[in-house]
Amino acid sequence: MITRTPKLDRRSFIIGTAAVSAGLAVGLRIPFGASVVRAQDGSPEITAWVVIRPDDTVVIRIARSEMGQGTLTGLAQMVAEELECDWSKVTTEYPTPGQSVARKRVWGDFSTGGSRGIRQSNEYVRKGGATARMMLVQAAADKWGVPTSECTVANSVITHAPSGRTTTYGKVAEAAAKLTPPAEVTLKDPKQWKIIGKSVKRLDTLPKVTGAQVYGADLKLPGMLNAAIKDCPVFGGKVKSFEADKVKGMPGVKHVLQVGDSAVAVVAETWWEAKTALDALPIVWDEGPNAAVSSATIAEMLKAGLDANQAFVRNQNGDAKAAIATAGKKVEAVYAYPFQNHATMEPMNATAKYTPERCEVWVPTQNGEAAFAATTAASGLPADKCEVYKINLGGGFGRRGAVHDYVTQAILIAKQVPGTPVKLLWTREEDMTHGRYHPVMQSKLTGALDSAGNLTALHLRLSGQSILSAVFPQLLQDGRDNATFQGLDPSGDFTFGYSVPNLLIDHAMRNTHVPPGFWRGVNINQNAIFLECFMDELAHAAKVDPLEFRRRLMTKHPKHLAVLNAVADRAGWGKPAPQGVHRGLAQMMAFGSYVAACAEVSVTGGDKVKVRRIVCATDPGYAVNPAQIERQIAGSFVYGLSALFMEECTVKAGRIEQENFHAYDSMRIAQMPKVESIIMPSGGFWGGVGEPTICVAAPAVLNAFFAATGKRIRTFPLKNHGITMV
Amino acid sequence: MARLTINGKALEVKVNPSTPLLWAIREQVGLTGTKYGCGVAQCGACTVHVDGKAVRSCVMPVAAAEGKQITTIEGLAANGTLNKVQKAWVDHEVPQCGYCQAGMIMAVAALLKEKPKPTDADIDRSITNICRCGTFQQVREAIHAAAKA
Repeated sequence: MITRTPKLDRRSFIIGTAAVSAGLAVGLRIPFGASVVRAQDGSPEITAWVVIRPDDTVVIRIARSEMGQGTLTGLAQMVAEELECDWSKVTTEYPTPGQSVARKRVWGDFSTGGSRGIRQSNEYVRKGGATARMMLVQAAADKWGVPTSECTVANSVITHAPSGRTTTYGKVAEAAAKLTPPAEVTLKDPKQWKIIGKSVKRLDTLPKVTGAQVYGADLKLPGMLNAAIKDCPVFGGKVKSFEADKVKGMPGVKHVLQVGDSAVAVVAETWWEAKTALDALPIVWDEGPNAAVSSATIAEMLKAGLDANQAFVRNQNGDAKAAIATAGKKVEAVYAYPFQNHATMEPMNATAKYTPERCEVWVPTQNGEAAFAATTAASGLPADKCEVYKINLGGGFGRRGAVHDYVTQAILIAKQVPGTPVKLLWTREEDMTHGRYHPVMQSKLTGALDSAGNLTALHLRLSGQSILSAVFPQLLQDGRDNATFQGLDPSGDFTFGYSVPNLLIDHAMRNTHVPPGFWRGVNINQNAIFLECFMDELAHAAKVDPLEFRRRLMTKHPKHLAVLNAVADRAGWGKPAPQGVHRGLAQMMAFGSYVAACAEVSVTGGDKVKVRRIVCATDPGYAVNPAQIERQIAGSFVYGLSALFMEECTVKAGRIEQENFHAYDSMRIAQMPKVESIIMPSGGFWGGVGEPTICVAAPAVLNAFFAATGKRIRTFPLKNHGITMV
Repeated sequence: MARLTINGKALEVKVNPSTPLLWAIREQVGLTGTKYGCGVAQCGACTVHVDGKAVRSCVMPVAAAEGKQITTIEGLAANGTLNKVQKAWVDHEVPQCGYCQAGMIMAVAALLKEKPKPTDADIDRSITNICRCGTFQQVREAIHAAAKA
């Protein structure tokens, strides 16, 4: 970790007043230990995940990125549980992507998105801890000449009870590191867990309250220059010309550079000087054909997709179209969801240093390996001449995971000033107008009801943008983007929670020139609104209580139903709410977890909405750190409700119109509802935490708004209807 | 050149007087706990105290801060002892990504100076910082805890 205490490093650099080592030299085979792999300070590595220092400090390696979601602490808990170490002596560090390449991905996947950090690495990180524990015990047993079966271990202390001897991990680490790892490792039964499942304190809090934590935007390297950048405001456009001479004499300015085809940067002594000069720099853009695109033209294109004959089918049974055609009662609605920007508090940034022999990048990234790939590509250097040092993120939410455009830019700048480190920091305006946006989507939903008020058929048509087409086209399946259907799938981590006799869920893919990206929750945000608000519409059309209406369709989905029932019970669904308070429900399965919410709102003047309370339930299979799960739930609601009420990126003349928070607002503390979390892990599977709950806040609030006003809002954000959050 | 008093230290800072205080603090003085979030006084990540009052330093020119007592997040702890707001932040594990928290803490510290026992309504009126991670539930708890400390 970039915030740790300095150790000797051949590539030392300066952050603030303290010297901090850039990365880890993990994997370096230093002569003084037979086959022992050593950490930067010479301490022996027991397994790739565990380094033990002589003073008993336990260093746990974390491959995923900490961006606020708590994965660093959760993953350390997983390793520590099996390691049987003293939790108070645990510290963490990030292995570097370059070391990962050199060691054949010994730490597995670095990607930190899709709520995967813990759920997809839990087994191998626990094994990393268990293997280390067995080696440490073996080393102690060897020293004492006793069988390991006579030794016990707890809190980093190994005990041989028959002889009354004890030792600590720090004392046997050298010997343990020389042992061959055991071939077979048995993991604990979850019932035996002592650290997993406990709300231990986060490991990374203190430097965040003192100002000591160094974010990418704060980085300082000796001799470093600062860059500000402007990319063509129209996506796909290019630089035509710029008048560098007009700003070259401005204070601090060192270079005025074109960056790739589409951007111009000013490099100066300070960032403020770079930004000031860039603002004064005349640039002429070749905006290209996309300059004719607007939100209206995009909406028209999507609208046409709602009734298009051709669409990718993801989930179907029976014959929905025929059943709807002959239905006694038909309900139809069209919804639309806008582009949205991630707006991480820390704007995009990366620091790069390039020479023909080596390219190094310091970057807040959700995926060190993807940042590394961007580094090799942009530098043109082979992998063994590149390195990436990860820095904790000032927010990620998906923006810093798949696409590392800011890394590419930083390297393209650094290549033009070889040997000089350059920190590129985007302005908020650049960040807002060059995002990787939440995809734009419309949906037409058609349902058929029988005379008893049962749903006999449902057609959910999506029309809009595919993220995978733009970001990972290799993941399309015969052209179909399965990620578009999150929460609507027939099976898997995003299973549709209702049994409908005749069902059709399909997607008319309509891609735009606005680049899409993974945005916290990704496609469950709009899919949950479409589905769960429409379920509410159907229930009202059928004159059936919305909870009862859903329950009838959920008998084959007991885990979906369990979280829904939990929120209904806790919120008092079916019992009178306080005067003026109205309730709404929503449920979904996403990223492997089952989630539901019951929102309570009051509405004054028809358009001032107070979200008073949201009861949320989640079944993530296992709950590693309940206190952090509670924080992720409440935090996800802030992100989701800000989006619902306030956030839209509109397109005019090919570019995004909203340039800062005055036009793209975000919830404040006054608007925060009371969030009550029910964490109900049922075991046997690993679901995500950071994202799933985000999707149930918006439809639960919308359904409560309908209960309060009788008004159904189907296009977003709500500010476009004059509806505000108070 | 500007004469600034930051965290009790008198400093001569080589900077154009129109430079926002934020950037003088971050780039000339080298204190990076104060963050750039928006540059237009919307988000509050850059909040510092100027003569004890919470100020969004991204829109205050250095010239306007001369002769005043400026306190940044680095100056909040006294002799290595956390301020009661920082302590409450640790106890309640408020920060997630943490980027906005320095500004949030400075805004809260200024509020508690003015209103040692703020009501929820006081908090709603005074604390308008943006936090994209959504830490508000813990922020409110921690403010009340700090007020009782």
